Parts: sequence; C-alpha cells; structure tokens
Amino acid sequence: MTTTAPSRAQAPGTSPRSGPTAVSIEHVSKTFRLPHRHVSTLKERALHPFRTMTYDELNAVQDVSLEISEGEFFGIVGRNGSGKSTLLKCIAGIYRVDQGRIAIAGRLSPFIELGVGFNPDLNARDNVIINAIMLGLSRRQAAERFDQVVEFAELEGFMDLRLKNYSSGMLVRLAFATAIQVDAEILLIDEVLAVGDAAFQQKCFEEFFRLKREGRTIVFVSHDMFSVERFCDRAMLMDHGKPIEIGDPRRIGRAYHELNFGQLAHEAPGEQTPLSSSKITEAWFENGEGERVTSNAQQEPLTLCFEAVAGEPLHDPVFAVTLRTENGHTIIVARSDQHGALTGSFAAGETVVARFTVPNWLTPSRYMLTPSIAKEGTGDEALALVEDMASVVVHGTSSSGGILEVPVQFEVERL
Amino acid sequence: MSSLEQVELAPPVAPVPTHGIYGPSAFGVGARRFWQLTFMLARTEFKLRFFGSALGYLWTLMRPLLFFGVLLLVFTKLVKVGSNQTPYYAEYLLMAIILFTYFQEATSGSVQSLVARENLLRKVRFPRLAVPLSVSLFCLFNLGMNLIVVFVFILGAGIEPRLSWLELIPLVALLVILASSVGMLLSALYVRYRDIQPIWEVFSQILWYGSPILYTVQTAAKKSFLGIPFSRLLTINPIGAILTQARKAMLDPSAPSATNAIGGVPRLLIPLGIVFGLCALGLWFFNREAPHISERL
Repeated sequence: MTTTAPSRAQAPGTSPRSGPTAVSIEHVSKTFRLPHRHVSTLKERALHPFRTMTYDELNAVQDVSLEISEGEFFGIVGRNGSGKSTLLKCIAGIYRVDQGRIAIAGRLSPFIELGVGFNPDLNARDNVIINAIMLGLSRRQAAERFDQVVEFAELEGFMDLRLKNYSSGMLVRLAFATAIQVDAEILLIDEVLAVGDAAFQQKCFEEFFRLKREGRTIVFVSHDMFSVERFCDRAMLMDHGKPIEIGDPRRIGRAYHELNFGQLAHEAPGEQTPLSSSKITEAWFENGEGERVTSNAQQEPLTLCFEAVAGEPLHDPVFAVTLRTENGHTIIVARSDQHGALTGSFAAGETVVARFTVPNWLTPSRYMLTPSIAKEGTGDEALALVEDMASVVVHGTSSSGGILEVPVQFEVERL
Repeated sequence: MSSLEQVELAPPVAPVPTHGIYGPSAFGVGARRFWQLTFMLARTEFKLRFFGSALGYLWTLMRPLLFFGVLLLVFTKLVKVGSNQTPYYAEYLLMAIILFTYFQEATSGSVQSLVARENLLRKVRFPRLAVPLSVSLFCLFNLGMNLIVVFVFILGAGIEPRLSWLELIPLVALLVILASSVGMLLSALYVRYRDIQPIWEVFSQILWYGSPILYTVQTAAKKSFLGIPFSRLLTINPIGAILTQARKAMLDPSAPSATNAIGGVPRLLIPLGIVFGLCALGLWFFNREAPHISERL
C-alpha cells in the first residue's frame, strides 16, 4: 500500500520549501462529539437532569502538523470524510481546535462557499458590497473595487437586477468575481472551482495563477487531483483525519489514486538519458486546423506531434507516441509501423516532424505526451524517448466518468 | 482561550510575526470590523424591509398603531382603566407600546438569529456576537422611525417640547442594553435548547402584562402583594422603571418618577442591577458558547 508515516517521523516533509512561514499547524486535532441521544430541549434537560450523556467521538482531524510557507500553493486532498474540510475550517477559525496550535502570519480569507450572504431580494450591486464586506473588506474598499467585480463577472448592465432574477451561472460569476477582490495574504479555498461552465472555470484557473504570481499563500482543498497537480507546489494526502503523506503533488496524486483504486501498475520508467545520438527536440499538440494548442475541445481532431533530429543515418525508424493521463494510465499508443508504413531514410542531422492525428474522445482532463523513436524492426530498441514532454487539456461538457467519451448507440429491446 | 493546550515545539522555522487563531470567538478580530459587520447586517435587514415594497414602512408602523387603536378603544370606552384618572393616557399607551415592541422584537428576533445565519457562521469568519446584536440594532432603527409617530402624537396633544425630553436618550439606551443582553443570552441558549422559542414567547407575554403599559404605576399603587405596593414591584422590572420615568419626562411632569415609584434612589439599583447583571450574564454565556456555536447549528 502507500507509504504511511506518522507526521512526526515525517518532519523533513512537513517543513516548507523556502521563505517565511505563513501557516503553521502544530499537532492539531479536532474531535466532534456525536451524542447517542440528542438532548435538544430544556424540557428534556429538566426532566432528566442526571441522565449521563453518551456519545461517539468522531476524530475528524488527528495530530496534523504542517508548515506552509509564504507564496506557496498548498493542496490538501483526501476522500470524502477524510477531514480535509474540517482542517480547513480550523485554519479559517470557523471551528476551534481541541488540541494543538495554529498560527498564521498575515490576513486570511476563507473561500469555503461562494456568495455567502447573498440575498435574492437585493440587487446585485448591494449584494456585491455585502459579500465583499463579509469576506473582509471595508465598506469603502468594497465600493472602490465594485467596478472591477462587474468587469470580471462580465455583468455590466445587470447590476440593478435583483439576484433572484439571475441565472445560476451569472450568480456564480458574480460571487467569484467578488471573492477574488479580497486582499488577504492567505487564501483558503475549498473546492469552489467545481462550479460554472468550462469557459468560466478556465477564467477562474487563470485568476488562481494570477494570485499565485502575486505571491499569495493559497491552501486548496479538493478531491480533484487534476487541479491539485496543476496548481499546487506541495500537497498533503489525508485519510481518516490523519496525514498520510506530504510532498510533491504528483506523488500525492498517485498515492491518492492508490488509496482509491489500489496499487496501479505504473510502467513509465522515467528514462530520460540519451539513448543514442538522435534527439527529440520538441513535442506539441495541434488542433484540426493544424494550429498548435495547449487545450483541445472534445470531439475535435487532435494531432500529437514531435520534432526529432537524426543523430546518425536512420533507415525506416519507428515513430511512436504514448498518451497518458496525469496518473500514468496509458490511453493511446500510436506507432508509425502499426499499419506497416515505412518512414524512409534520414541523413544524420536531418530534422523530422512526426504527426499522429486521433479523434478526440478523451474525457476532460490533462494528458501527457511521450514521444519516441525506435530502430526499424520490432520498434523495441528506442533511439530517443522523452517522458511526458508535452501536455494538453481536453475540455468539453461531456464527462461520463470513464476515460473515453465515445459515440454510443443505445437501444433497448423488449423480449 | 487559556484552556487550549499549547504544544511547545522546536523553534518555528522562521521568526515571523504570527498570531494564533484558536477558533471562532464572540467578538472577532477588531472592534471596528465587529461594528461594521453588525451595522451591515442590520442595514441589510432594514433595506429589505423598507425598500422591498412601497408600503414597507407603513406596514411596519401599522401593527403597533392598530394595536394601539384597539387597546385605546377597549380601555377608554369599554373598561375605562385610564382616561379619567390618567392624563395623556392615549399618548402614554402609544409610547409604551412602541418601546415595548422594540424590546419584544429585538429579543424574539434574536432567539433564532444564530441558527438562521448558519451559512455565515459556518462558511466565513464571522464574529458570533454580531449576529444577535444586529437584530437589536435593526429593531432600534425601527424604534427610531416609530418614535417619530410618538412625537407627532405628543405634540398633537398640546405638550410643549421641554428639556426633560432628553431623558429619553439614556432611557432608550438602557432598554437597548437590556434587549441586547437578553437577545444574546437567548440566541446562544437556542443553539443548545430548541424549545427556548415558545418559552420566550410565553415569557414576553407575561412581561407585557407585568409592565405598566395598559396601566400606569399609579393605577396599581393602591394594591399590594406580600405587603409590597404593586407600584414598587412594577418598577423592579427594568421595563416598568424605564416606562415610568419616560412618562414623567415626556408627558406629565407631575407623574411619579421611577425613584418615587420604587421608593428611593438606593432601590433604583435593583432594576439597574437587573439590566447590567443580565448584560454581564449574557456576555459571559455568549462568550463561553461562541467557539462551539458553528458545530452545534
């Protein structure tokens, strides 16, 4: 299974990368008492004054120690009920910790839910001001930043509309636009990104990159490994209230999937040393129009490309690409010799570009491209191979939960 | 906060000025922010009430006014409690109703306030005490509007403005302290015991009849209970004392003051003690409960 180490023994991993500490968590525990019989009225209390209260204890967070340094983007991942949100609420000062100590340097703003305090009967203008004040701005600051909110939310002309007449998409945009106006140095974000359409999500991601560039410290709680790996400098995996592992998001991502699905056979050797004098110089993706892209819409043709320089005369080399998910699942392997095609001869120093076009039936996520060239024949003798050289984000509306979103024909027949 | 177990560790990685956050509290991080949030909540409620419909304010005013009309009819035409012996009975009745309405609205509105604002307490950092206090503040805005009508009636009755009207300010302040204290106590209790609401409804009904609103302390002066004149018992009740003093200050200089009614300045310490005692109790209890409110909602 996973490398399960108590947090104390993991002292090197718990220390931040560099810079002064922004959030320091020392042996924090939080326990909820779940009474067997909930005495919720004075009457019951008066009738049974000496009834002893029995309760179950739910150890939501157990002995978590963590240092997050300034400007760090820190992810906390775990399954439902792993205690990640409770920990976030403890940091936010919404729950009181039972044991341990939390210290923060700087102003802190939690993003646990978007649009807290939104009132459907007030117009958008009032709601923005109210929400901004609740998130920590003063009335004057809120008024000053109002125009930026409107601009970001792209809701000019809807400001005097009551919120109850807003669509849910407009509501989310307004709430997010307001939320990012807070100028706290430490932001706590709890899966608020799981809202909005694809275009708006992209905008949110960009905004998070901006905050990161500005040097804000961000603590991000999610069970979406994709966004954690994409944003975070470090991450922590929690399970049953305990920290399992703290470290590189990719490693954490793998540990998380192992926790969910058991051990995965990860076949990537990570071999990057030169295998021969031939080199792969670049890898990229192209869309149906032949333009280089870093994201591609579902159903659009996707071309996997790479450029290589032959280091010696090559005769019918085998070009191949492997497309993997971020967790190392191999989705597509395409080889030039699949259909017996011969690639021809190349002189030493010649540059060659290989293109593989596939229909894009991938589920929205990030995919990594591993290009390779091999000697003629079986194609097993690699000349050059670069692991995960380029990546593409597939976006689209259809996400069934499977890896592929293939066209499906369905019929039901009564017998 | 002192109950927290502070775990001493090796020196922190970087000696930056950190401030510990131990969890939610009644007051939050600063007085200014506390006031701003309280005011904003109250203002929002006020706005919703009065800008939601064109007749918002009129409707709010209608309730105490209609109530006043009915009571006036019953007690001057049918039962004749007041009019013949009490000067300015109608004006007193209106003023007393409006002051008591403030107390009742502020306290009963506070009861469920914390539970109703659940998303604030669980999703953002929010000083807990701002919630019940904002209810009290919102009702104070209402009181301010309603007092305009009281002044119209008083002037309409031919009473000249005089300096003693200023006494209304400390009297209302006392009433606000009383209502806010009871409000915070009830709101924190309601988180634990959900039958506080009907209990308080009954209790405030008792308080209504137990306060000199329909009658004055003079009306009750002739009766006694356990040898203590009723007028004295009525002014032990802080609301009774406030209303009695307000009557003298606003309407009838010849009416007994709270001091007269209770029988001497030292005894005034009883209603005052109740007000400030409840205030201390409310603050203590609320402060004690505040860290755990969000878990119990």
